[in-house]
Amino acid sequence: MSKQAKVIEIEEVAIRFSGDSGDGMQLTGTLFSDTSALYGNDVSTFPDYPAEIRAPQGTVGGVSGFQVHFGHTQINTPGDYCDVLVAMNPAALKANFRWVKPDGIIIYDVDQFDAKNIEKAGYKSDPFEEEDVTGIQLISAPISNLTRESLKDIGLDQKSILRCKNMFALGIVSWLYDRPLDHSISFFNKKFAKKPLLVEANTKVLYDGYYYAETIEAFTSNFKVRPADIEKGTYRSINGNTAVAWGMIAAAEKADLQLYCGSYPITPATGILEELAARKDLRVKTFQAEDEIAGICTAIGASFAGSLAVTTTSGPGLALKGEAIGLAVMTELPLVIVDVQRGGPSTGLPTKTEQSDLMQALYGRNGESPVVVIASSTPSNCFDYAYMACKIAVEHMTPVILLTDGFLANGSEPWRIPDLNDFPDIKVPRVAPNTKNWQSYARDPETLTRTWAVPGTQGMEHRLGSLEKMNITGTVSYVPENHELMSHIRDQKIQKVAADIPPLEIIGDEDADLLIIGWGGTYGHLVTALTEVRREGHKVALAHFNYIFPLPSNTSEVLGRFKKLLVCEINLGQFANYLRMQHPEYPYRKFNKIMGLPFTVKDLTEAVIKNLED
Amino acid sequence: MDIEQLKPEDFKSDQMVRWCAGCGDHAILSSVLKALPQLGYKHEDVVFVSGIGCSSRFPYYVNTYGFHGIHGRAMAVASGVKTSNPNLCVFVITGDGDGLAIGGNHFIHLVRRDIDVNLILFNNRIYGLTKGQYSPTSKQGSVTKTSPFGTIEQPFKPGGITIGANGTFFARTIDSMPKVSTEILLEAAKHKGTSITEVLQNCVIYNDMTFGDITDRDNRDDRIIMLKHGEPMIYGKNQDKGLMMKDNQLHVVQLGENGISEKDLLVHDAKTEFAGIHLLLANMDFPNYPVALGVIRACESPKSYDVKMVDQIEAVHEKSKIHSVYDLLHSGSTWEVK
Repeated sequence: MSKQAKVIEIEEVAIRFSGDSGDGMQLTGTLFSDTSALYGNDVSTFPDYPAEIRAPQGTVGGVSGFQVHFGHTQINTPGDYCDVLVAMNPAALKANFRWVKPDGIIIYDVDQFDAKNIEKAGYKSDPFEEEDVTGIQLISAPISNLTRESLKDIGLDQKSILRCKNMFALGIVSWLYDRPLDHSISFFNKKFAKKPLLVEANTKVLYDGYYYAETIEAFTSNFKVRPADIEKGTYRSINGNTAVAWGMIAAAEKADLQLYCGSYPITPATGILEELAARKDLRVKTFQAEDEIAGICTAIGASFAGSLAVTTTSGPGLALKGEAIGLAVMTELPLVIVDVQRGGPSTGLPTKTEQSDLMQALYGRNGESPVVVIASSTPSNCFDYAYMACKIAVEHMTPVILLTDGFLANGSEPWRIPDLNDFPDIKVPRVAPNTKNWQSYARDPETLTRTWAVPGTQGMEHRLGSLEKMNITGTVSYVPENHELMSHIRDQKIQKVAADIPPLEIIGDEDADLLIIGWGGTYGHLVTALTEVRREGHKVALAHFNYIFPLPSNTSEVLGRFKKLLVCEINLGQFANYLRMQHPEYPYRKFNKIMGLPFTVKDLTEAVIKNLED
Repeated sequence: MDIEQLKPEDFKSDQMVRWCAGCGDHAILSSVLKALPQLGYKHEDVVFVSGIGCSSRFPYYVNTYGFHGIHGRAMAVASGVKTSNPNLCVFVITGDGDGLAIGGNHFIHLVRRDIDVNLILFNNRIYGLTKGQYSPTSKQGSVTKTSPFGTIEQPFKPGGITIGANGTFFARTIDSMPKVSTEILLEAAKHKGTSITEVLQNCVIYNDMTFGDITDRDNRDDRIIMLKHGEPMIYGKNQDKGLMMKDNQLHVVQLGENGISEKDLLVHDAKTEFAGIHLLLANMDFPNYPVALGVIRACESPKSYDVKMVDQIEAVHEKSKIHSVYDLLHSGSTWEVK
């Protein structure tokens, strides 16, 4: 007989699932977060996994984690610290103990806590003596043995049986937070449609975990997190990489252009290429090239031929694409380059997040080579900024670099599905049919944009190329005055994009002394820190940048309103230095972390309060 | 304009041709201009893509669509043009440095994918535009500005690379034989898949007479063999030499000697998929062998990459329920908040 546990209502919870990279923690976390989103909570997730596909089993290097933060209120970050840590082995405990709240719960698979695994994880004695677990509730669950027991008669081999143990853990946590199981079960049915035995096994273990939690009486209560009070509409869960891919597809549909992606796989950007490759139903063309350079060069060829062309990469790939970006600048062709930033330099931290490609995006090319640089700031608004990147690229006949990062790319959140009719039109600067005496570098006097004539159009045959072009005629030119004129035109052409971008907005107290400044993927953490600091009774404001070059036209005016400017970023201060260059009239303070991890709200809050005080 | 009525002059651009006087590129340009009206493509459907080097100025001199890229990347740019719009007739103009050194990777992958573009490789065995450094096709021992004591590296053989990368078409011509070049270029353009045409080209300034052994008018016919599909491999001023296969090797034989007659000679089969014989023929070099000109390999490609790409897209499009961004955004798990 199971005891009816007490139900406690709470506002928000963060759960971290962790285990060996082969333990299926990413799937467990995804199923839990999707279930919570379907239930109506606001959700933010953070997958934290190693670069190695299968690092040695049982070692700290091989630990894969997935944090889910869900709540009744608005959730902007995956949470600094977790209320519940699920540790499938001692290494998972070792790697993640620092993230458990002092009054949190640790659920661990006691069967994996044997002497060998404890030693492999780097503990010398009992892990729960080595770590300070005072105040933490420890739930020792024989997950492996109960999974074996549960499936002993089902007709699977031992290895396949043990693969199901993550579902036992999911069952336990599902009971604890009163989550329905039907989403996970329908997932099994779809995923293992051809292997009914696996559907049965995973479903059984999931239920057994759920009933185990209900029965053991170890939990004095379970918790209810009511649906969040969010805007009406149809929702879905989305991560940053998928949102980028879909934003570009949406732009192509709106502009009535063929979407063409020339790219090369690179962590953490590959998901965009994978999603686009799957979208042949929408006639997206993808070309997996032999290297990063060929990736962008095929995109440039496609752009010349009239496609909406994009290339996707991360920092090392952006370095390789530099010369070709210059070619797109010189030929004044539309092109979107997506850089999903990761820890650098060199190969750096492939699976970790960072904001250190800003200077590379702005200046990492030979010659005076200006391009538009924009950055998305949440997983779901990657859709909006990918759309805007395409719109600007096409309308202004220029390369646009869209910066996201590993945190946005893999993080997911519920997203109210937008109506494409609400998005601005994309006007393609095609040459009007039957134009007489068309000249390839003749320009719109307002925007300085040239027009786009594509092969196959009669009477518009022309040559583009990497050599300097004579303005208006587009022929090769070595004339000194022309080069100076063209250098200014290329610069002005990008500056004029500022007319199309929205003004910078202030969140928080307009009359505060201190303005927090951020850009890109740190938005969720900054806005949460802002709320915390204001809750503590301080006045503070936040300006978060999505448009980097050009900056919004009112930037100087906004910055001038505050006494203290604190630029927070996950690098050594690149945006602060950029602002110093653009607006040297103001002094800037900096707060930087560079650990391959998102900010913690705690660190930010402390930094803001410290800067308020001195 | 009616395609039938186009003339070579209709493809000339108004730009002054800036190659050195006596450069082999002039002759190649003229051969290409002669071939263009015969391709059956409308003027506006032809695109020339090049990289960097003397030869890569080519697109500026042709009055079609053209794209002068960056060093080594013409193959990649052209791959993008052709896969973006398979209706276009795409030429790649590249040289031995652009196509085989800095662009070597793109060269082999273009060939491997078999995208339907026509690549013309201007091989002069030297870097001309940078004023005389050795290239990947320079003969071992070549004395150049960067090899003042002679190169110590093995040269590439473009035919060998093409065939090694599973190429379906390889041909060779010489700049000084413009009529032959035009004929070969027409064959190359007809080929459905990547065609590689190597043009042995003289650089009058930095590598003059590098192909002098085989281009010298007095001896030329004894040192080259013009391969034609289905015809026996006969050559020589007096049409008295031929090629035979013995012990897995090619042998030069004299007709009439040792009882050898025309029927003992190899008959050129450009269409066989068996690459071994094509590799031997493509790699023949003077003085041990005559240098092979003509279409050495022209296998039937069932379907080029660009066509397969469209076929796959149409097949998936047909089957899928997702036909718009609206369908996509509402696919999979969604939920209502009321």
